[in-house]
Amino acid sequence: MRPIVLRSMSAASCLGSGLQAHADALLAQRCALRRCDFETVQLDTYVGETAGIDRERLPAAMAHFESRNNRLAQLGLSQDGFREAVAGSVQRYGAGRVGVFLGTSTSGMLETEIAYRSRDPVSGLLPASLNYAGSHNFYSVAAFTRELLGLEGPAAIVSTACSSSAKVFGMAARMIRVGLIDAAIVGGVDSLCLTTLYGFHSLQLTSSTPCRPYDVHRDGISVGEAAAFVLLDADADQGTHTGVALLGAGESSDAYHLSTPHPEGLGARMAMQAALAAAGVEPSAIDYINLHGTGTVSNDKAEGRAVAAVFGSATRCSSTKGATGHTLGAAGALEALICALAIQHKFMPGGVNCQQLDPGCAITYLRRNEPVAPRLVLSNSFGFGGSNCSLVFGALP
Amino acid sequence: MNTTAHTQPLTAALDGVAFIGPGISTWTQLRSILRGAEPYHTAPTLIPPPATLPPAERRRTGRIVNLALAAGYQATAGTGCDLSTLATVYSSSGGDSNNCHEICQTLASADRQLSPTRFHNSVHNVAAGYWGIATRDMAPSTVVCAYDASFAAGLLEALVQVSSGCPEVLLVSYDLNYPTPLYEKRPITDSLAVGLLLRRDSGAHSLAILSAALRQAEPESMADPELENLRQKIPAARALPLLARVAQGGAASCQIEYLSPLALEVQLKPCA
Repeated sequence: MRPIVLRSMSAASCLGSGLQAHADALLAQRCALRRCDFETVQLDTYVGETAGIDRERLPAAMAHFESRNNRLAQLGLSQDGFREAVAGSVQRYGAGRVGVFLGTSTSGMLETEIAYRSRDPVSGLLPASLNYAGSHNFYSVAAFTRELLGLEGPAAIVSTACSSSAKVFGMAARMIRVGLIDAAIVGGVDSLCLTTLYGFHSLQLTSSTPCRPYDVHRDGISVGEAAAFVLLDADADQGTHTGVALLGAGESSDAYHLSTPHPEGLGARMAMQAALAAAGVEPSAIDYINLHGTGTVSNDKAEGRAVAAVFGSATRCSSTKGATGHTLGAAGALEALICALAIQHKFMPGGVNCQQLDPGCAITYLRRNEPVAPRLVLSNSFGFGGSNCSLVFGALP
Repeated sequence: MNTTAHTQPLTAALDGVAFIGPGISTWTQLRSILRGAEPYHTAPTLIPPPATLPPAERRRTGRIVNLALAAGYQATAGTGCDLSTLATVYSSSGGDSNNCHEICQTLASADRQLSPTRFHNSVHNVAAGYWGIATRDMAPSTVVCAYDASFAAGLLEALVQVSSGCPEVLLVSYDLNYPTPLYEKRPITDSLAVGLLLRRDSGAHSLAILSAALRQAEPESMADPELENLRQKIPAARALPLLARVAQGGAASCQIEYLSPLALEVQLKPCA
């Protein structure tokens, strides 16, 4: 079977805009989390806020898409020649043969949250300026991306909480393989909003320090935001590409609890095993695992057990959420891109903010970057609702 | 330009159907209406309570979970399906509108403290999560959205999964009515769910063989004005032209609303 090639990629997150900014921050092991002063939020927590979102201006004809989430999407799409690469795929395959599959958990929820403060005192109606379809609806960011790039192929949002933008890789790969499309833009876009900040706080899952994945004293997440995009196709022989391929995707459901992972990481284990089987590789062939590693007590414990059960204790792993925060519905795509950067730049990123590794986690957790080139990497993304997805990426020969 | 020039149609056997909507509580009832054997009278949608969830979970589920679970059980009833290994595709245009309204109200108030249950029920995959808990189903599950095209996007994803080797997939497409003031922004009038059980291989249960492809075409409407009104008002009801062909039996084709300029064309063949 021909590999699915990562033709081009781009991102914007609290680490910066563009691939170079992401590579530089990872190579410097920089944590970009800051004390939360987002909007009117009054919580003792840290966030990964992306710079430059409010400077983005949507094209005048697309004003109905106005929202923080779509501005973030445009910021991400505008880096690294990504739009030019998509134009190349359109020229080659046709606008109807390029799909758009993006993950988001809250889309443009922020605009509706703010609009609820300005309801008409008599009728209770929301202000006329709120465009539900263009901003709030989950599909908004896929519609925006499809229109901005002039595409006419299939499109959808996957919204399965924090596994959303990992699952779109599997979805697009299936569609390419059954011949429905020739190329796809996959990715994730999630932006800060009050629902997630106050929501995770209500579950006592936000940390009052920058999050510390896999640290023995970890006490919760730092909410982040990001747009990360990858252009996929199945023709490694043509044109320039990233040198990285998607080799397998594996998915499962916990069937256990809405907001707590299975304590033994049973669903996580099934997703990793399915991804390895799809890629046709043994666990021992994986050089590096980018963990879901949110920094909550329960996630890291369950994931650590699942990784140890599948891989043993020798495979090198880390979570990069100490640097980026948890970008929720964008995390799968952002961390896929980080895996690709690790392959390209020949290093394994260390998990920043982990001072003292949890002795209960029997895995080889990297606290510092290792200048060792990984050839095969696995990335984990797990979400509320017990939604699990693991992806295997590899260097193209 | 023919955008789907080198695409093989995506094929699956349709082995079970569910329908819950305004004035209609089963596929059997809808089928009778679509065959012209009984008239259609609209009435508020009745959503049955979730019979199979543990009591602790049952207290937390909203109407959207009850609606999606009821459609899932209805579509798989009597099909011999092992629910604990069944892959599922959910599609919904907006998810839980009531829960969203409550969250926005709280966040606009002086005390922004959200209830933890409200927050975890806000994820778009809340019904998928509860389905897993209710049926012990650990198979892959996805939740898609494409605004008014959400039904076709879900059907396309389910058919792609079957064509990729998955032996059976349950599709549940559902929408909840919107409370004011969100209703004025998204006028979904009532709640509705459609369930389809799709299998790679046809068998004794199969109602029809479906073959689907994307075409540049206009979506088809319903001849009956009340049913056409339903089709237009609730995104999941965009399934009606397909369900009408299934009810009538025989070979036929229909165009389901998808993303402009495309429609999802579904060809139906009767089972031998």
